Amino acid sequence: MDALLLSRIQFGANISFHILFPTITIALGWVLLFFRLRFNRTGDEAWLEAYRFWVKVFALSFAMGVVSGITMSFQFGTNWPGFMETVGNIAGPLLAYEVLTAFFLEAVFLGIMLFGMSRVPGWLHTLSTFLVAFGTTMSAFWILVLNSWMHTPAGFEMRDGVAHATDWMAIIFNPSMPYRLAHMLLASGLTVAFLIAGISAFRSLLGDRTAGIRRTLRTGIMMGAVLIPVQILAGDMHGLNTLEHQPQKVAAMEGNWDTRGNVPLLLFAIPDEAARENRLEIGIPNGASLILKHHADGVVPGLNDFVAADGTVTHPPVAPVFFSFRIMVGTGMAMLLLSWAAVALMWRRGGVDGLPKPLLLAMVPMAFSGWVATLAGWYTTEIGRQPWLVQGVLTTEAAVADVPAPMVATSLGAYLAVYAALLAAYVGVLFYLARRAAKGEPPEAHIPQSGEAIAIETPAE
Amino acid sequence: MTLFGDPATWLPLTFATLMGLSILIYVVLDGFDLGVGVLFPLAEDAEKDRMIASIGPFWDANETWLVLAIGLLLVAFPVAHGTILTALYLPVSVMLIGLILRGVAFEFRVKAPTRWKKPWNRAFFAGSLMTALAQGYMLGIYIMGLQITPMTVGFGALTAVFLTVAYSFIGAAWLILKTEDLLQAKAVRWARGGIFGVILGLGAVSLASPLVSPRIFEKWFSVPEIFLLAPLPLFSVALIAVLWAVLRRLPTRDDSFAWVPFVAAVSLFVLGFFGMAYSFYPYVVPEQLTIYEAASAPESLFIILIGTVFVLPMILGYTVLAYTVFRGKAVTLSYD
Ligand code: HDD
Ligand code: HEM
Ligand code: HEM
Repeated sequence: MDALLLSRIQFGANISFHILFPTITIALGWVLLFFRLRFNRTGDEAWLEAYRFWVKVFALSFAMGVVSGITMSFQFGTNWPGFMETVGNIAGPLLAYEVLTAFFLEAVFLGIMLFGMSRVPGWLHTLSTFLVAFGTTMSAFWILVLNSWMHTPAGFEMRDGVAHATDWMAIIFNPSMPYRLAHMLLASGLTVAFLIAGISAFRSLLGDRTAGIRRTLRTGIMMGAVLIPVQILAGDMHGLNTLEHQPQKVAAMEGNWDTRGNVPLLLFAIPDEAARENRLEIGIPNGASLILKHHADGVVPGLNDFVAADGTVTHPPVAPVFFSFRIMVGTGMAMLLLSWAAVALMWRRGGVDGLPKPLLLAMVPMAFSGWVATLAGWYTTEIGRQPWLVQGVLTTEAAVADVPAPMVATSLGAYLAVYAALLAAYVGVLFYLARRAAKGEPPEAHIPQSGEAIAIETPAE
Repeated sequence: MTLFGDPATWLPLTFATLMGLSILIYVVLDGFDLGVGVLFPLAEDAEKDRMIASIGPFWDANETWLVLAIGLLLVAFPVAHGTILTALYLPVSVMLIGLILRGVAFEFRVKAPTRWKKPWNRAFFAGSLMTALAQGYMLGIYIMGLQITPMTVGFGALTAVFLTVAYSFIGAAWLILKTEDLLQAKAVRWARGGIFGVILGLGAVSLASPLVSPRIFEKWFSVPEIFLLAPLPLFSVALIAVLWAVLRRLPTRDDSFAWVPFVAAVSLFVLGFFGMAYSFYPYVVPEQLTIYEAASAPESLFIILIGTVFVLPMILGYTVLAYTVFRGKAVTLSYD
């Protein structure tokens, strides 16, 4: 394998691992603030109990996000020097603002949020929780501005092969930014909603019927049920925006080869790029035309428009985009079904206690459905941009570093091993914490203190 | 902007200063918490919890200075960023994996089932050690002008060991400040052992840089520079003498002077850093690329500068807040 392919796999693996944890922390920060405020308002211990459990998950996810994020920020230099050399004048300030306005805020107040509850006044602790949540959202904002700009670049001019900023407002509010930001924030909300619902359902199945667990189960289900229709709407608008700016990506998502009207919505197919046709198609007649153009005979762009006269293909690889898009949408539909069924049952049978066992059982694997949909969504959008790194400005090939392939292979192998181990540890610990909490044991095992002299507590100042 | 003269001159200089500042802050702050990690195997189990408690609320913010430093290199000197990081590809990967291991070990060692605590403690140590060694090696190769020959690799190996010792020294000094009783006494012993490494390390770097580069030799050993710069090594020697004297008397009964080793160690780091910065200015890639040649477009730098001027004081402000909230001797960390 060559260094380009290896570097792409490495970047893909690193960012895929990274995004898992920000998706949790972005929304979980706000949920923790909600728990904290409910406790401040009602004085009800059940909310504090919920806060105590989920703040642990937050701390763990945050650490995973930080360490993989640091890896990300080095990747640009080690593997993609061409990226910064070409568009550094635009990407640089955006990344710098992310560090300055978001990372420090989160990192510093995280310490107070996690360990300061008994050291600082209640308002400062609540404020710290708010600032951490705000910081994660700010960092999502800046990084998504950059990523959106890579898909729909605006507000710049090329001088001697280097992009120079001409209009920062146009760069920040580039055409796809509002859609991508909204879609991603909602994705984060949904990931957390189903995680909370799934873990709470797991605890409830183990016989944990405390007030705290009923609160969090309800919070998760309601949050999911409210957000999923909004996400579907936002996703639809996002797709229309992409149709305008990156038609070749939409053509790949739909698996549509020829530009024409009355295009069906394919539920399943196997795109064959060599023969340039689909096999085993199952579709809803006129569906894609209706969704994308709001007419049964609306004309939808096809992939064959993106083949140059000399046979060079300028559209993305079809099958990965096609399938990952279906995985995302399919997961979204499963979320809709499950959360609305749960709400209907809660309404008819009087609250979370009325939820039948099979439904609770179904919620446990769905705890990670947000991850699946988010990853599939990012694969759709990022692979759908290929062969470009910055649409129309810089190809992925032109940005890759001149590092020997065996070196990249070595680092890639090491990352993959570490990531696999960490992912297993993370999921394992999540369920371990849930099992302990369900049994009413304090989540931190008491560690026998050997040298008693140092175990003496000095009172907090 | 012609306010301060030609922005093509002062902007790169400003950014080089900012970047240097973040590297310095990073080396001091993450230096002590990496050092605590390197010292980990020397402590008893219960002491380990106390050692973690002393750095738990800070390590994340400490590492953010690395992200800022690398971010500033990336945004202000994109060409240099690519050159340096591709030349240091493998040590960077080792460092990153080290940072991953130790970063998550903080969380996992207390949240995973008890029987997993030992392996996570080991991961914390291994990660800290990998990070410190990799950073030291990179420093050595950087001083050698990013050339990879058997000689430079040998020097890199040497700086790797010395930087690791220097980190454990400042880590021990931090523990003297933040702990008490048996653990504090142990930390004093660790610091006594580490001080030799610090002396050797400072000496090796100070000797090697002028020997490798005639340009650096010129900068230090010509008149009048040699007199103007003389306070730098003299101060360092004085600090080492102070450290020597204080470490022999610590721990004191009323805990007085417990702060001296840490403050002295920080001052040593600062002096060493200024010496290096003076040697390498105006180069960002030694002997190849100056900060003026490598800088990005002034209008982009300007946008970042505005943000920095407003945000940096705020960052410093709330960093001070965090250190104030968690001042005093480290107690067991809990979420309550
Ligand atoms: C939509 C959200 C999102 C996306 C797409 C990314 N990140 Fe991220 N990142 C976050 C949202 C986030 C976060 C939620 O804000 C994190 C998680 C933990 C944290 O400190 O902030 C974070 C952490 C984080 C950190 C560690 C910050 C610290 O030390 O506190 C770095 C260096 C990066 N990220 C860098 C990147 C890069 C270079 C990315 C893409 C190429 C990227 N992130 C994609
Ligand atoms: C966070 C979720 C993200 C995921 C899961 C993701 C996934 C991917 C994948 C799978 C690729 C490889 C595409 C291919 O080679 O066919 C890729 C490429 C890339 N993405 Fe993303 N991406 C994400 C976000 C971002 C963001 C926020 C940025 C910009 C700051 C970004 C910048 C890039 C770059 C520079 C490449 C080029 C390298 C390459 O083609 O492999 N990505 N991404
Ligand atoms: C069934 C409803 C959904 C529709 C119609 C939909 C639509 C879309 C479309 C069209 C894209 C591609 C955007 C592009 O071309 O750049 C996309 C990307 C994405 N989707 Fe969805 N989506 C849905 C559900 C979900 C769900 C449930 C999640 C996660 C919980 C999710 C997370 C994402 C993410 C993270 C991306 C990539 C980031 C982005 O480009 O915004 N989507 N979605």
